[in-house]
Amino acid sequence: MKPKFFKTLLAASAVLIASTGMAEQRTLTINTDTSDPAPKAAFEQLIADFEAANPDVKVDWNLFDHEGYKTSIRNFLTAEAPDLANWYAGNRMAPFVEADLFEDVSDVWAENNLSEQLGSALPSMTINGKQWGVPYTYYQWGVYYRKDIFAEKGIEVPKTWDEFLAACAKLKEDGVTPITIGSKYLWTAGGWFDYLNLRVNGYDYHMKLTSGEASYADPEVGKVFDAWDQLTTNDYFLENHAAFSWQEALAPMVQGKAAMYLMGNFAVAPLKEAGLTDETLGFFPFPEITPGLPAAEDAPTDTIHIPANAKNKEDAKKFLAFLATAEQQSKINAELGQLPVNKNSTVPEDPFLAQGFELLSNAKGLAQFYDRDAPAEMAKAGMEGFQEYMVKPERREAIIKRLAKIEKKVFKK
Amino acid sequence: MNQASTMPPKSGINPVTPPKKSMLRNQRKMAPWFFLAPGILMFLVFVISPIFQSLWISFYEWDGLGEKTWLGLANYLELFDDENFFISLKNNIIWLVLYMLAPPIGLAIALMLNQTVFGIRLYKSLFFFPFVISQVVVGLVFAWFYDPSYGLLNVVITSFGFEPIAVLADERFVTYGIIVAGLWPQVAYCMILYLTGLNNVAADQIEAARLDNAKGWKMLWYIIIPQLRPATFIAVVVTVIGALRSFDLVSIMTSGGPYGSSRVLSYYMYETALSEYGYRMGYGAAIAVVLFAIMMLFITGFIWKMIRDERG
Amino acid sequence: MFPQPIEKSSPSIRYLYQIGLPIALIIWLLPLIAVMMTSVRPAADITAGNYWGWPSSFNFLDNYKSVFIDSAIGGFIWNSFMVTIPTVVGTIILSCLTGYALAIYNFRSNLLIFFMFVAGNFIPFQILMVPVRDLMLQMGVYDTYRGLIIFHIAFQTGFCTLFMRNFIKGLPFELIESARVEGVTEFKIFWHIVIPLMRPAIAALAVLVFTFIWNDYFWATVLTQGSDTMPVTAGLNSLNGQWVAAWHLVSAGAVVAALPPVIMFFLMQKHFIAGLTLGATKG
Repeated sequence: MKPKFFKTLLAASAVLIASTGMAEQRTLTINTDTSDPAPKAAFEQLIADFEAANPDVKVDWNLFDHEGYKTSIRNFLTAEAPDLANWYAGNRMAPFVEADLFEDVSDVWAENNLSEQLGSALPSMTINGKQWGVPYTYYQWGVYYRKDIFAEKGIEVPKTWDEFLAACAKLKEDGVTPITIGSKYLWTAGGWFDYLNLRVNGYDYHMKLTSGEASYADPEVGKVFDAWDQLTTNDYFLENHAAFSWQEALAPMVQGKAAMYLMGNFAVAPLKEAGLTDETLGFFPFPEITPGLPAAEDAPTDTIHIPANAKNKEDAKKFLAFLATAEQQSKINAELGQLPVNKNSTVPEDPFLAQGFELLSNAKGLAQFYDRDAPAEMAKAGMEGFQEYMVKPERREAIIKRLAKIEKKVFKK
Repeated sequence: MNQASTMPPKSGINPVTPPKKSMLRNQRKMAPWFFLAPGILMFLVFVISPIFQSLWISFYEWDGLGEKTWLGLANYLELFDDENFFISLKNNIIWLVLYMLAPPIGLAIALMLNQTVFGIRLYKSLFFFPFVISQVVVGLVFAWFYDPSYGLLNVVITSFGFEPIAVLADERFVTYGIIVAGLWPQVAYCMILYLTGLNNVAADQIEAARLDNAKGWKMLWYIIIPQLRPATFIAVVVTVIGALRSFDLVSIMTSGGPYGSSRVLSYYMYETALSEYGYRMGYGAAIAVVLFAIMMLFITGFIWKMIRDERG
Repeated sequence: MFPQPIEKSSPSIRYLYQIGLPIALIIWLLPLIAVMMTSVRPAADITAGNYWGWPSSFNFLDNYKSVFIDSAIGGFIWNSFMVTIPTVVGTIILSCLTGYALAIYNFRSNLLIFFMFVAGNFIPFQILMVPVRDLMLQMGVYDTYRGLIIFHIAFQTGFCTLFMRNFIKGLPFELIESARVEGVTEFKIFWHIVIPLMRPAIAALAVLVFTFIWNDYFWATVLTQGSDTMPVTAGLNSLNGQWVAAWHLVSAGAVVAALPPVIMFFLMQKHFIAGLTLGATKG
């Protein structure tokens, strides 16, 4: 219902402008899936600002349901393309780039010196040496924990893997589930694999593995599971986690029955809503495993692209340049409660975001998350394997073997 | 109608039409095709021809976006090397076997309700109730029933001092858990079929059997059940179809999980062809063709019986 | 046990039966009863872990109001009506025509066409999924009411033809014969003689098709994507994702979604069962 309302609102204002005798209007169509309240407000503001800065352009905005969008984008890119559409960086945009459905926007990057300003996201926006869209927001991943429980048990924030294991052991001993997770929808298990691999083998190997240049049969992957074994075989994870969604797994943490959660920053809002405060909820970066290895992070990035079949590419590029500015990125992310990609932007005042901004600015590299870095079919099989492993750690070898087999098929090795 | 019967069609307008009799015969010959045309056309376009298109797509690799690439039988060969396919196939067989409990349970309830006491009509409709509700609702209800932290099942189990069971997150129980949810409306359907059937059991045969001293099980087995054969046939048909179509509940309750252990062919096909992690249209079509082939075995049997009935 | 009527049993068995029946019914409907109870529970009961006890207060209005106000379920229900009603009308028109043709006329391919419609009923939907979705995209009706309606009409025509044809076969053929002798056109026979006699069949099919289409989930997921066209079955599933652990809202939504076919069933029970049990007594 809502999108129609906005469309009429926009149309009505367009009529108003037209009737006051403005010059000829050009239309710019934009499709987004930002239907949740905060993202919707952020885009309302962005579009209003853009129209104010470009009075000769009228923006026609189609708002899609978040889940449905994943299928609808495939349809509208081929059938009736808008001038702009939001999507994700990394391997998630690769199928559309390879099918020639996204426009090369390297010129926008070059003209506006974006490689410097949006530097942290440059690698994930680049395929075949060209840029295919503009990033506007991301957020950090890491370990959210109960400050009060840690203080009560006399546990320091762990910096190394040994400290982390010791913390888990202590919590477990005192009857607190060390780590909560809800793996029903699989991707949370992918987060664990990402971080263990990034910390055990590093960013370059992780990217090689997800893009098919390295193999799950490698001894490096074995080492990842060695580290994972130290958690699973000691039952440090929440029991029956395969029965819960990520939101349901928040409950034990709120109730004080669990102490840590490897999650994205979006978990802060529901945790605070459920009663945790800055005094009881804290954040620390995932601890170091291989000593001396520069830390890379997961930072899923949201982007906007120009479909290759767009009609008004001229104004679409203007829009992308506008979106990339430090000022707009600050505004959008203040609304979203996330991190701007432009390094000259101001970060919203929030202890978690401040920590996140610091973390991501110093990261050796940014991964997009397992299900965005790996191709769809591999991602599904991989995350299913990780979930199975977390439930049945003894099947480790069989699972690795299966992933190695599927990888041959997916990457046509 | 009066008007129609007094005025031969069209002959008044055009005097050169052939004599009335042959025209009517001609009309009678053409009429069925006019009546059939819209229905057949729709059915051919949206039901029959897609079957052949799926068959055709199953020989290609296609992501729904770009060009199709001819693969020949490669998709089918891949099936033989795909664990997920065999898990789905195995689960489909479990579904088929356990779903066959629906007709006997339905019959038992029907026998129980086949009395004339006060309010029995209301009882009958309330027992039938689960069938009227969408499977989405049934799935949600049972997912909640099984919830490990507060589902009724675990309230009961823990009150006996056992550990709670996460039915839908445990590969050992998940398929059975979903099947129980599916049996609920299916039993209701079979029950109503048998209740209708029982209405028409010949009373004189029962009397005759009673004079022969047939009672209880013997009466049921030799007198009642043979007379319920048409109801049984339909109950089996709808149950087989229900078992092989089992998509809704799997999708609602587990999305095939944990780690794919509750997949069935219909869900696996959807997953490969259309879900976020899928878009392998060709491979999905190949799975659908296998499912179709399994169903064809049954269809042929059913149709063969129906043709025999039609002729005999 | 049947066929022994309960009145002829001993009083103690009769008594047991009278007591046992409501207990059996309550167990049978337990999941539903629980859902209805939960749908009037206050949120506090859910957080306090009171899932199965008596609700601490009855929040009927609050819960149902918040389902309608805070979620798109009102829109989903509207969508379901917009898809279901035209489908019922369309299917009945088409199947009256086809059923009549197959019941009344003798022509060579009659049985062949009839069994084509019958076989269509048994097809697993998945084999149609990819091509039908593609066809709808090409016709530009993907994610519209029209797309769903067109497909549902086509598919339901199979079952309904079987139903109508068997029904018309049971009508007195002499009526048609005598009209033909009088020279009435075939269409007028159909319209003025057969259709009025088919009212019970039309009523039965109308309730059945209504229920089938209302409860359809698979095609709702395959052929729609946004809340603008999504029927309530698919919508409820997406709401389930949003209302995590808010079981009082999920159950209120479920009750609302289940209501129209339930009302339909109780209003037209006789027709509904007649339709569903077609053939269960034949032969």
